[in-house]
Amino acid sequence: MNRLKISLPGLSLKNPIIPASGCFGFGEEYAAYYDLSKLGAIMIKAATLEPREGNPTPRVAETPSGMLNAIGLQNPGLDIIMNEKLPALEAYDVPIIANVAGSSVEDYVAVCARIGDAPNVKAIELNISCPNVKSGGIAFGTDKKVAADLTYKVKEVAKVPVYIKLSPNVTDIVPIAKEIEVAGADGLTMINTLLGMRIDLTTRQPILANQTGGLSGPAIKPVAIRMIHQVSRAVDIPIIGMGGVYTVDDVLEMYMAGASAVAVGTANFTDPYICPKLVEGLPARMDELGIETLEQLIRDVKEAR
Amino acid sequence: MVFKKGASVLKQEDMLIVQQKMIAPKIFELVLQGELVNEMSTPGQFIHCKPSRTDLLLRRPISLSSIDRENKRCTIIYRVEGDGTKNMSEMVSGETMDVLGPLGSGFPVEEITSNEVVVIVGGGIGIPPLYEVARQAHERGAKVISFLGYASKKVVYYVDEFKKLGDVIVSTDDGSFGEKGHVGMSLDKHLPQIKADAVYACGAKGMLAKVDDVFHDHPRAYISMEERMACGVGACYACVCHVKDEKDQSLSMKKVCDEGPVFKTGEVVL
Repeated sequence: MNRLKISLPGLSLKNPIIPASGCFGFGEEYAAYYDLSKLGAIMIKAATLEPREGNPTPRVAETPSGMLNAIGLQNPGLDIIMNEKLPALEAYDVPIIANVAGSSVEDYVAVCARIGDAPNVKAIELNISCPNVKSGGIAFGTDKKVAADLTYKVKEVAKVPVYIKLSPNVTDIVPIAKEIEVAGADGLTMINTLLGMRIDLTTRQPILANQTGGLSGPAIKPVAIRMIHQVSRAVDIPIIGMGGVYTVDDVLEMYMAGASAVAVGTANFTDPYICPKLVEGLPARMDELGIETLEQLIRDVKEAR
Repeated sequence: MVFKKGASVLKQEDMLIVQQKMIAPKIFELVLQGELVNEMSTPGQFIHCKPSRTDLLLRRPISLSSIDRENKRCTIIYRVEGDGTKNMSEMVSGETMDVLGPLGSGFPVEEITSNEVVVIVGGGIGIPPLYEVARQAHERGAKVISFLGYASKKVVYYVDEFKKLGDVIVSTDDGSFGEKGHVGMSLDKHLPQIKADAVYACGAKGMLAKVDDVFHDHPRAYISMEERMACGVGACYACVCHVKDEKDQSLSMKKVCDEGPVFKTGEVVL
């Protein structure tokens, strides 16, 4: 029996560990380090309709137990992703969750209509929470009506289940999550990064060329846990939890907050082998905590509420 | 690239710190030992070093300054700039450092043949990777001429090491040692008497721009870029630079960590 398997809309995962979008390129980059088939799924870097150059450098800065990034959704555009990046991942036995971003409703709809044609794309992660681009991104994720409207329009054309990636940069995340559920989302992924800034004392200017960036890493884990806890009580669709996961205990804490699978972002930069290490380490810790299977844990957490 | 089951290329290791010493104010020379050295041969490649403080999440990309495969040792030279490099400088021999690498493309040195004239242009903390270039060029029988620029006499290091491998022209910004002025001024002064078969440069952006200008169409002139990195393996897209297409001059982006850090002159928009 596989104690780690998880069934989610569109996704039959052999384990719950998923490298988070933006932290794992288009997968190939880490193929030199381990067999990507070991992963539950891969959330590839955001796809936009047209190629995007992203922001000027510096694009990253370190913070206590965290980091800021302002990459700005650099990607080669949908055509190259469909014709080169996704086919390259067909060599591995791993479902792909395609992160989709845009600057207009039409962009999002156009990408979502096509990207599910790739045979290994089993779900879409709708990125309405990127804090680092001038138009689009987070603008779609902070207003519940706008978010729900986009969800509805994307659902009409998408050929695979759609998960909406929520922004923590809101006063109350619950009404947004509820509205998105009503609009037909198949699941949620949360949280995206928290908007932050660092200033260089010698230049007296922000370190990032974009001035602000998204904070990730263990520094944001308690925020993620709190928000997943809140949202999982308010909606019935599954949540893929993320935000500062570095250890097996972090993975299980996400489950106890109400997540059904877990994405790992910044930790890949610290340790390129972190994802397979988490997969290998889970069973022993589950034994210690009396957890039979992760699917049972999901049911137990729900029932205990 | 498809990972082949059973294929085990070592990429990460807790390497033993053999020696750590300050060779100029804030500048440290660190000698590491481990199996990872078997993978190292190309100067200009870097290793991605994890500070021991667990709250510092990101690795620090530091160029290899020399490779000693026989003794499974490599040396890096770095300047303390922030928390991570400060933490690294406090690590002592006997401890281990979590190292990923070698990463990046490195300087092409295998094309150097005996009696060729190899020009090295280094500025400040950009000098270290050029030491291994100079060493390998010297080994191949080339005549090495090194232009080394520093801010002032007090931060001069490795001049004697380079002198063992060929001619050295030192300059300091304040004139306290060697020729006065930046390394570009020394280049202007001496280059008319030199016919460079190959050029290798690393240093501040201004210096690289000068080298790129002087050797723009030289077939074997290379510069090494520096940029803030996160992953070091091409996944995060943090460390990008603009490059020009050779034919139509159109611009595109390249990642310094895995498509560089070494580029041909005339390629990067500086």
